[in-house]
Amino acid sequence: MSLHSTGNPAISEKRARLSARTIVPLVGMAIAIAIVFFGLDWVGTDYGYLAAYTVLQYVVLATAWNILGGYAGYVNFASAAFFAVGVYTSVIVYKTVQLPLIATIPLAAVAAGLLGLAVGYLTLRLRGTFFSIATLALSVVMNTLVVNWAFVGGSRGVYVLRPQNIDYFGPYTRYLCIVMLIMAIISVLIARAVERSWLGRGLAALKDDEIAAECAGVPALRLKLAATAISGALMGAAGAPFPFFVTYVDPATAFSLSIAVNTIAMPLIGGTSTWIGPVIGAVLLGSLQQIATVTISSALNLLIVGVLMVIFITLAPNGIVGLVQKIRERRT
Amino acid sequence: MSAASVLSSRGVVKRFGGFTALTGIDFDLGPNERVGLIGPNGSGKSTFVNCVTGALPCDAGKIDFGGTDITDMAAWRRARLGLARSFQIPRPFRGLTVRRNIEVPLAFAAGMSDQREIERQAEEVLVRVGLAAKSRKAPRSLSQVELRKLELGRALAARPKVLIADEAMAGLSDSEVDEILVLLMQLNDSGIAIVLIEHIMRAVVRFSQRVIVLVAGAKIAEGTPQDVMSHPEVVRAYLGQ
Repeated sequence: MSLHSTGNPAISEKRARLSARTIVPLVGMAIAIAIVFFGLDWVGTDYGYLAAYTVLQYVVLATAWNILGGYAGYVNFASAAFFAVGVYTSVIVYKTVQLPLIATIPLAAVAAGLLGLAVGYLTLRLRGTFFSIATLALSVVMNTLVVNWAFVGGSRGVYVLRPQNIDYFGPYTRYLCIVMLIMAIISVLIARAVERSWLGRGLAALKDDEIAAECAGVPALRLKLAATAISGALMGAAGAPFPFFVTYVDPATAFSLSIAVNTIAMPLIGGTSTWIGPVIGAVLLGSLQQIATVTISSALNLLIVGVLMVIFITLAPNGIVGLVQKIRERRT
Repeated sequence: MSAASVLSSRGVVKRFGGFTALTGIDFDLGPNERVGLIGPNGSGKSTFVNCVTGALPCDAGKIDFGGTDITDMAAWRRARLGLARSFQIPRPFRGLTVRRNIEVPLAFAAGMSDQREIERQAEEVLVRVGLAAKSRKAPRSLSQVELRKLELGRALAARPKVLIADEAMAGLSDSEVDEILVLLMQLNDSGIAIVLIEHIMRAVVRFSQRVIVLVAGAKIAEGTPQDVMSHPEVVRAYLGQ
């Protein structure tokens, strides 16, 4: 007889508590998002939407990075390259068939996912720093490719015209913000599903000890490929609306250092062990950067990341989530 | 290959650069048999286990498991066929609880998909290896003998036909050695053939039906524990006479 059918009250109660632990943060997040949106509508300026877009974009990127970097322990330095694949897929679609943004996003996700699969196949036999160096090389290769590809603007860049308004959504910036919000929710749900699935458990085993995991039947390369493809696809999807957000894209923007650094720093600061960590890191760091941009200077953004990284790596190497867990463990 | 063998190897060679760690090992393990694999440090015991389980590729030779040539097969595929191992130095998945450690091979090696059944079976395995009380603990909270039991539990959860226990008793007290021996005997009674790699001779003699001795990557003796222990080459290898 299975545990389910025993009707064991202790287990049912535990499951109910687990469900509550899962639902409460999600509901909390939904309420917070609703408040932010009503607030932005009430303020009624474009900047509010653009700032929220940036933070939400980092939620997607940080969550995507964490699927490979956090769950499997493979540090990917090529997040900007995956993001840029999404950006330039969007540019290509804009310059050729001009599909709506909603149709472009899945294309960008597929392109970046396939790149993830291909790169993963070539590099995932490498471990630790060797894998990370290979991903750095990918970023350089992709950047060089784009710089020398005139159709997507080459090093000069390319302009993308966006409409002022869009039916049912009002200003296009508001529409972009809603699109990115939906993408953030989807990416968080995917990350959460991965974490709780056997893919997540397998990745956790691989992260701790790859040889022991393989000897326990975990197909290391397959799981890592799946993680790279999912992670890459989400990063590519995050890049698709970007040309319409900035309206001018060049390699320096698409492959920007701030994207590469923030995407890694946010999960590390929030905590890499669960889906909520990258969300916390992205909201905290993204908001701080937005505040610094309007109050002091955007030049401070990377400095903020650097200082916070040093503080967290020194004092709380498992990020905010790890710190909270540690405090809870001490109390109990 | 011997028709009666569940696991066999012929001429297994492993080189690390210019150093030949295994010089052509022939090995046979019968169904439900208990074999001791002994030898001084550096004799190639763990290297042989690594080659057999797929943690290291062989440079030459052939390995057969239940009639399937597994020489070039990935480690996870070998595990799924029923070839499990424990490690000389315990290698728990430190980010997972004790029970989750057991659930990994149940899901991947044993191919189970029903989460509730996996949880139930994991609890059963933990009871069997004496770790039921530690189910929700992190591996870092386990003692040395408990870590050894977790290793064996994880191997057992893979539903193996063959278990290779690589120095499962290293660093344990006499009573703890006895605990592990009893556990291994119980596993063998349930139909699992076991290869015991060990330095503790009293355990090897008590446990093994047959003993194989490796020295400098070559098999120098094979037979019953009593015959092997009095073999002049074995005495020379161990006592340096």
